[in-house]
Amino acid sequence: MSTDVSTQTTTPAPPGRGAPSTGAPLVRILLDGVRRNMRQYGMLFALGLIVLLFQIWTGGDLLLPRNVSNLVLQNSYILILAIGMMIVIISGHIDLSVGSLMALVGGIGAVLMVEHHVAWPVAVLLTLLLGAAAGALQGFFIAYVGIPSFIVTLAGMLLFRGLTEIFLKGQTLGPFPDGLQKVANGFLPEVGPQTNYHNGTLLLGLGLVAYVVFQEVRDRRRQREFALEPLPTGLFALKLTALVAAVLVTTLLLASYKGAPVVLLILAALLVGFGYVMRNAVIGRHVYAIGGNLPAAKLSGVKDRKVTFAVFLNMGMLAALAGLVFAARFNAASPKAGVNFELEAIAAAFIGGASMSGGVGTVLGAIIGGLVLGVLNNGMNLVGVGTDWQQVIKGLVLLAAVGFDVWNKRRAGA
Amino acid sequence: MTPAPARSPKVPVSASSPAGPVLEMRSIVKTFPGVRALSDVTLSVERGEVHALCGENGAGKSTLMKVLSGVHPHGTYEGEILFEGEPCRFKDIRASEQRGIVIIHQELALVPHLSIAENVFLGNEPSRRGIIDWHEALRRVSELLRRVGLDEHPETRVADIGVGKQQLVEIAKALAKNVRLLILDEPTAALNDEDSAKLLRLMRELKSQGITSIIISHKLNEIARIADSVTILRDGRSIETLDVRDPATTEERIIRGMVGRDLDSRFPHRTPYEGPADAAPVLEIRDWTVRHPLDRGRKAVDGVSLQVRRGEIVGVAGLMGAGRTELAMSVFGRSYGHYEQGTVLKDGREVRTRTVPEAVAHGIAYVTEDRKHYGLNLGDSVSRNISLASLGALARRGVVDGHEERKVAERYRRTMNIKAPNVLEPVGRLSGGNQQKVVLSKWILAGPDVLILDEPTRGVDVGAKFEIYTVIDRLAAEGKAILLISSELPELLGMCDRVYTMAAGRLTGEVARADATQEVLMRHMTQDTPAPPAVTAGAASSEGHQA
Repeated sequence: MSTDVSTQTTTPAPPGRGAPSTGAPLVRILLDGVRRNMRQYGMLFALGLIVLLFQIWTGGDLLLPRNVSNLVLQNSYILILAIGMMIVIISGHIDLSVGSLMALVGGIGAVLMVEHHVAWPVAVLLTLLLGAAAGALQGFFIAYVGIPSFIVTLAGMLLFRGLTEIFLKGQTLGPFPDGLQKVANGFLPEVGPQTNYHNGTLLLGLGLVAYVVFQEVRDRRRQREFALEPLPTGLFALKLTALVAAVLVTTLLLASYKGAPVVLLILAALLVGFGYVMRNAVIGRHVYAIGGNLPAAKLSGVKDRKVTFAVFLNMGMLAALAGLVFAARFNAASPKAGVNFELEAIAAAFIGGASMSGGVGTVLGAIIGGLVLGVLNNGMNLVGVGTDWQQVIKGLVLLAAVGFDVWNKRRAGA
Repeated sequence: MTPAPARSPKVPVSASSPAGPVLEMRSIVKTFPGVRALSDVTLSVERGEVHALCGENGAGKSTLMKVLSGVHPHGTYEGEILFEGEPCRFKDIRASEQRGIVIIHQELALVPHLSIAENVFLGNEPSRRGIIDWHEALRRVSELLRRVGLDEHPETRVADIGVGKQQLVEIAKALAKNVRLLILDEPTAALNDEDSAKLLRLMRELKSQGITSIIISHKLNEIARIADSVTILRDGRSIETLDVRDPATTEERIIRGMVGRDLDSRFPHRTPYEGPADAAPVLEIRDWTVRHPLDRGRKAVDGVSLQVRRGEIVGVAGLMGAGRTELAMSVFGRSYGHYEQGTVLKDGREVRTRTVPEAVAHGIAYVTEDRKHYGLNLGDSVSRNISLASLGALARRGVVDGHEERKVAERYRRTMNIKAPNVLEPVGRLSGGNQQKVVLSKWILAGPDVLILDEPTRGVDVGAKFEIYTVIDRLAAEGKAILLISSELPELLGMCDRVYTMAAGRLTGEVARADATQEVLMRHMTQDTPAPPAVTAGAASSEGHQA
């Protein structure tokens, strides 16, 4: 047991037996953190690898400012869906209807704006409410009637698709008002003097850096106040540097083209907002609790039906948002919009660390999973891989990601 | 107690037996990432004996049996295993079963919707070119069921028979594989006394048929009744092997080996409730009647009235199926069955407890008997499990104060002595006793006036049991009213100021601490019940076997 103690008398003995004997606590904490979040670090690493691979393969085209901007716009609707889908899957359910709901919302939005000339902000609000209502309807059947979500949303998938065709009479409808297009395809407005960069984006980036630093430092101070063990200073500095560097690089890339797409800001707001809610809000905790162990959650006083209902209502609203962004991006509502998007969103959630049995996953994970798929799509398009092989490769990536997770869990010894 | 079959005592069990031990495990070392589960464990089992394996939760008993049965394949551990003199290198469970080593896990591995016959031959079907020969199967199953004393038709669905009988099906399944070494992991944990007794009788009978068995058990009286020798594990090491028939091997002696210290008493010294006998009760239940969720014709709880006072620990005794858990769960937010009638009074006023949040709001907490299914989110951290029932209090405007949450969890980890590296550790990785402490912490944090504790020490090792008793005692001293549901009579006698007894959904007695003995309680608990048919079936079959 105590062979080397004399040489490092200053190191306090770790509590509990079986602590690894290797000296440096910094490395130990780092490894411990990686072990606990193996899946997320793994996928982040995989995302980096895929980016690097395609960066080389496309001869540097992947990370051209124009393409990065494009990448964001191309994947925004899937990422929006993936956030909602992740929450649905954490709660122990599934939603197959979101692709159809997207089409329905886009269609109704088009009918309102193009045929009836409703002002676009009003139309957007109405369609978001419509999405929420559709989600709430499904949530009612799932939470209060007790029909499995797979069945309810499968029915929803057929129902919404059919309604879309009825509303649009099988036609494609467009174009959308300019205002809406500016939101879906536009960029942050430019300010200040002429530089080689987009000033608005630079300012935003710097503001974000300041916010991140402030938040992290405050968090650390509060941890001290509560006498919790904060990260060691070295590791904290490393984490902060990495965060700041990531924000700055992205900012510079976007600022050297047209600036940050408006959709990216919406996406960032959703990521931060839902990430916060899932981590810190009572309702977020309740979502994890009902997905992780429903009977235990019920017996702890969690109002499981209300929570399930809210989860589906939220999914409906996010699907509506995705549907609007999609329709506005292509400047047309089509009855065939969003086919199979639910599957892309589900795949993103599982690649990003969700578990089939529920209770596990993070909003950031959904974004990472969605980006893995997005970068694959974009990269393979750039190098000219056909859609046939793209499907094959995406299927294999999904299998590999979840397979790695299963293998990793088994190795850890359940 | 029925005498063991006549042949049994003649089976030689002495260490000098010429054949030597049937099983030898030498210097077994098994490590998981970061944890050394077994270090240098040696186990030697004589032919034809019942060998008990004892130790606190986390001592390594289950891991050792997983090594033996090939769940942890050869190569993932160090050391040597000799079975019937030959070295074993099992690559999986199938390989060990082919050699006649069969393990029956604590959680039964039966398929509920399949019949007894289908379950007995699952994975081992008598077949010709992939087609099952059902005539042959049914004939053999009938014979096996006779051997284990199970009087059920082989085509009965497993879901339709009780846990005790399911256990017998497991044993029949093992016999179908020509078992020579039977390993039972806590076989009586989920059984009532009567089914336990029957199972232990069966084990003695199997012994007379030359089957060696290893039994993992927390129940020391069981070990004293059926085991020939006992090996004690502690912290992943084999401490000692004792001869159970040696008069020096007392329960206290075994406990000392398990915990590595002397326990003066298994219960904390408790000052009995001293308030006036007519003090107003904190919780009163009146005429509570609940119907069975699937069978409305049956009353799971029938007209029960009881009261608990401030600072009092009141026990609820009853055999399995007496309706104790049903009573507790239906009072706690009607979480069980269909409510028919009855009222709940808190501090003398009638309160609504129709949902769990309502019950919690009125200061009632229920700590489940089944922590894995009803108590914990196993994948989530210690800290989040502790806070789940108190998130409202830890949150401001719907946002949980994460720092405060961790601080509180950390406090409970220290005061409750929860053995976890830190509060972010997933609860699923803790041992049973520590999981139980997490569930208790969760409900203590919720700050209730009344705690209903349902089997708070089930599947918990001796050391942790004492700690939990101390916590219960402290809660009572702080003025909480405690309703303690337990199947262990010594626990009720050691802890309670009063004990209610239940049978078949009805209250059958109320016994004061001074008058309570195991015999008195048992008499009340068996009062009202119809004569259990299982006893006669078991007796008949064992006679049948001897003939």
